[in-house]
Amino acid sequence: MSEATAVREDARLTALEKLREYLRALWAVVWKDLAAELRSRELLTSMLVFALLVILIFNFALELDARTRATITSGVLWVTFAFAGTLGLNRSMAIEKDRGCLDGLLLAPVDRSAIYFGKTLGNLIFMLIIEAIVLPVYSVLYNTNLFNPGLVGVILLGSIGFVVVGTLLASMAVQTRTRDVLLPILLFPVIIPVMIAAVKASNGFLQGIEMDAIRPWLNLLIVYDVIFTAVAFMVFDYVVEE
Amino acid sequence: MDAKPKLLTALDSITVILLAIATLMVFFYAPMEAVMGQVQRVFYFHVAAGWVGMLGFLVAAIAGIAYLRSGNRRWDIVGLSAVEIGMVFALINIVTGSIWARPIWNTWWTWDPRLTTATIMELIYAAYLLLRQGIEDPDRRARFGAVYAIVGFLSVPLTFFSARLFRTIHPVVIGTNQPGATGDFDMTPLMLQTFMVSLLAFSFVFADLLWHRIRLGRLADRVEQLKLKTVE
Repeated sequence: MSEATAVREDARLTALEKLREYLRALWAVVWKDLAAELRSRELLTSMLVFALLVILIFNFALELDARTRATITSGVLWVTFAFAGTLGLNRSMAIEKDRGCLDGLLLAPVDRSAIYFGKTLGNLIFMLIIEAIVLPVYSVLYNTNLFNPGLVGVILLGSIGFVVVGTLLASMAVQTRTRDVLLPILLFPVIIPVMIAAVKASNGFLQGIEMDAIRPWLNLLIVYDVIFTAVAFMVFDYVVEE
Repeated sequence: MDAKPKLLTALDSITVILLAIATLMVFFYAPMEAVMGQVQRVFYFHVAAGWVGMLGFLVAAIAGIAYLRSGNRRWDIVGLSAVEIGMVFALINIVTGSIWARPIWNTWWTWDPRLTTATIMELIYAAYLLLRQGIEDPDRRARFGAVYAIVGFLSVPLTFFSARLFRTIHPVVIGTNQPGATGDFDMTPLMLQTFMVSLLAFSFVFADLLWHRIRLGRLADRVEQLKLKTVE
């Protein structure tokens, strides 16, 4: 083996090690959130109860009879997810701020983006858990079948977009005077594209519309997810900088 | 105390003259549109105001990037100034559009992609101002403002595309025409000239206001520092 290849091999090894180190830091943040939640269960319970309450309100506000439901189920679901998700994002960042956890996290000698992606992944897991409970509950309550692989894919893509932007904005919102009031105001106008695309795509899958009509919405969701993951990755440092 | 720069005074007068010329051209030079009549004349300032609104938000996003890269307070003032001006002109754009839409589309408002996007844009920058209001530390306020200006501006085209996947009735006067847009028309050369002058005039208004607002922001900063000094 010549010297040049040996050096390159070395560089690749350290790069791989760095990646492993990065992922370990990321997973530590995720695990911290999951472990704390396993013990207290306050985040998931409040999100879940809130989600069910939103559905209850929709039930009476919109009179969800069979005919209405056919067209607005996806809308009801996504409003529920967005509201419950906002609640979760607020709580998850407020805990960090109140107990001084954020300062501790920032002191850790890891890349700050690992903290961001860790928090994002944690929030995504919470949101997916809520969605995994809400879907069957909705199916039972209204005697419809929402188990559709396409819908699950849309929910995953939409939740990623929601959480990626939401975690970034929530970490800004908790550092302001108005705190949790501010998050929905900051978040909702920016995630309108996700909402429109997710509602339309979910509706498409539920109504059994052909794939050609749904694909543009899926593309939009993917583009949104990619763009805002990249942006959040680039600007997160400035949000937590002291 | 800085004296008002001579160049700014010159810019003031050029702007006023240009705006006067544009107004006169809109009413007396541009021919009357055959189908829509007088109300079509709102088009010249409507599009120009929309252009200035977008320009303001673009400048704010660029100033945001520049602030995050350099940490220079000046960029923060530029960003805030551009957002404030952009919001005013985006609102002018919406109001003039409504005035035109009432006789042409027979409604003040419809959820057309452009209208939707314009509304959401206003809401994004209202959130921007609320965010700034909630932060006392000027350094953090500037950083968060910059981040939100970037995130908000990037979401605008996506909002537009998502809303456009619904069908649209807004006429596209510049660029490709789609058939079926209500209130569509082709510009005659005289109209085009009037339109260009309006765009130019509004661009000057933007530059002039931006300069004034940045100057105001700097002076406000100075006052703040002097206050702190006297307290000490």
